[in-house]
Amino acid sequence: MALLEANKLSISFGGLRAVDDFNIKVEKGCLYGLIGPNGAGKTTVFNLLTGVYKPNEGIITLDGENITGKKTIEINQAGIARTFQNIRLFKDLTVAENVKVGLHNHLKYSTLAGILRLPKFRKVEKEMTEQAMELLKVFDLDSEADTLAANLPYGKQRKLEIARALATRPKLLLLDEPAAGMNPNETQELMDTIRFVRDNFDMTILLIEHDMKLVSGICEELTVLNFGRVLCQGKTSDVLNNPEVIKAYLGE
Amino acid sequence: MEKKNKLQFSKTFKSNCITYGIVIVAFLIVQILLSAGLVSNLLKGLLVPLCSYAILAVSLNLTVGILGELSLGHAGFMCVGAFTSAFFSKCFMDTLPTLVRFPLAILVGAVCAGFFGLLIGIPVLRLKGDYLAIVTLAFGEIIKNIINILFIGKDSKGFHFSTTSAIDLNLEEDGQVLIKGAQGITGTPNDSSFIIGIVLLLITLFVVLNLIHSRAGRAIMAIRDNTIAAESVGINITKYKLMAFSISAALAGVAGVLYAHNLSTLIALPKNFGYNQSIMILVFVVLGGIGNIRGSVIAAVVLTLLPELLRGLNDYRMLIYAVVLIAMMLFNWAPKCIEWREKMLHKIKKNKKTTKEAE
Repeated sequence: MALLEANKLSISFGGLRAVDDFNIKVEKGCLYGLIGPNGAGKTTVFNLLTGVYKPNEGIITLDGENITGKKTIEINQAGIARTFQNIRLFKDLTVAENVKVGLHNHLKYSTLAGILRLPKFRKVEKEMTEQAMELLKVFDLDSEADTLAANLPYGKQRKLEIARALATRPKLLLLDEPAAGMNPNETQELMDTIRFVRDNFDMTILLIEHDMKLVSGICEELTVLNFGRVLCQGKTSDVLNNPEVIKAYLGE
Repeated sequence: MEKKNKLQFSKTFKSNCITYGIVIVAFLIVQILLSAGLVSNLLKGLLVPLCSYAILAVSLNLTVGILGELSLGHAGFMCVGAFTSAFFSKCFMDTLPTLVRFPLAILVGAVCAGFFGLLIGIPVLRLKGDYLAIVTLAFGEIIKNIINILFIGKDSKGFHFSTTSAIDLNLEEDGQVLIKGAQGITGTPNDSSFIIGIVLLLITLFVVLNLIHSRAGRAIMAIRDNTIAAESVGINITKYKLMAFSISAALAGVAGVLYAHNLSTLIALPKNFGYNQSIMILVFVVLGGIGNIRGSVIAAVVLTLLPELLRGLNDYRMLIYAVVLIAMMLFNWAPKCIEWREKMLHKIKKNKKTTKEAE
């Protein structure tokens, strides 16, 4: 059974049918790409999957569990974490603190224990720091653990967002245009990181991307959206050679 | 790398210790001046209100600086704390010894103010935008006006309430009017002192600083920095917003308790619990630096003392006060000024390094 399954998802904003009859099946461990022209509804699909919007119709299941219409935090706890197209970090917190916020639901102590600085606070806080540093090391951010997130260079901010999402220990990671605004070198590095995350964290990744080099380089399967509808679905090489896709998106 | 983590941990610890240290040193200096008889009566009378204002500023900073929501009715929570605790103290004046009664009064004031914070927060904090500012502004005025028409009396049959006059309470002959509407509460035991004020201020700082540097504090600041992202990593927005706001309200209640037990007659005037007072507390927070707890304490003390110290200058008093406000604003917020401050700090650090190397 697929890890993520969406059946006949639809949502309208007023008269605009932003996503119409959207189906997707993402197998466990797969690196799946969602592409399409601007305004095709890709980010809306992400927002539907993460509970920011509730679909008018359709069902979403994650690992057999129906998550349709649940709240964002419930969906995160069920196992979907995401990054954002326009980076959304906690700017005035340090890099390490950003990751620790991601660990919020996994390493716990009561607020009272925090205020009174009970032994539990020290123990859990130490564990949090260790785990956060471990994650930061993966993304080569450990030397900047004490920097404010707002002061990181752009490429590292993107990485930190992925690290924060991973800290919530998801089953499925959604990346919304991870390579936006990156130069070719940074994109290459990002591709390696994404592959590394998939292999080492045993992660399933669904990503939105415009950079065709990245898409053809790492995605195993693709779905192409156009005007809110699925234009084509399947293996990357098949999809990218599909004449309709070339016409709608890539240009002849 | 582990060393670095420890370093960061001790950095916040060090910064917290400096804040506590400033309060304790200020306390010691005042004590020395008091015993040397160098403090005027006017200033003596200001010592407890000073502590109370500092607590208010710190607690409001939790809402404004850490949670990132604007509250314009902090004096309202102070008012709730002041009146509930004064009422409690008056009821148990003869039955409980001071040592038991006053801590209980503090608890009553804090819990009642916190409860009102929760009550307001539940509907308002779910919304996005400046609704909290509007609702708290109204709350502050409503509380003040309700207390001004509230009469409560006690006789052998129990408590009597009225909103018109003391006569309408229909008390028996042995009855006693506890809250006299616009005349407020008279005869509250004078339990507050400067030492208690300082201890309460230290407790407030301890609670707020420890809260900020803990799991809950990080969640609250994450909500402030980016609500959507905080939600996406599984943070319960409403819970943490409510937590921060009601802790802030409860601490304002504590300030109210301190304030009430320093006066023998407690009246809800616009001057002490009105809109202007709320704005004054906000001024402390803004000029001390939003999110800067230590700054709030310093700003509260400086801005309360200044008008009193300048009393001798009579006509120029408010003029100088205004100039100081503008100067503080520039020093804290002007980009050029921040740049200059960073430069100076850098220079000082460099000097320190070179002297160390020379050694």
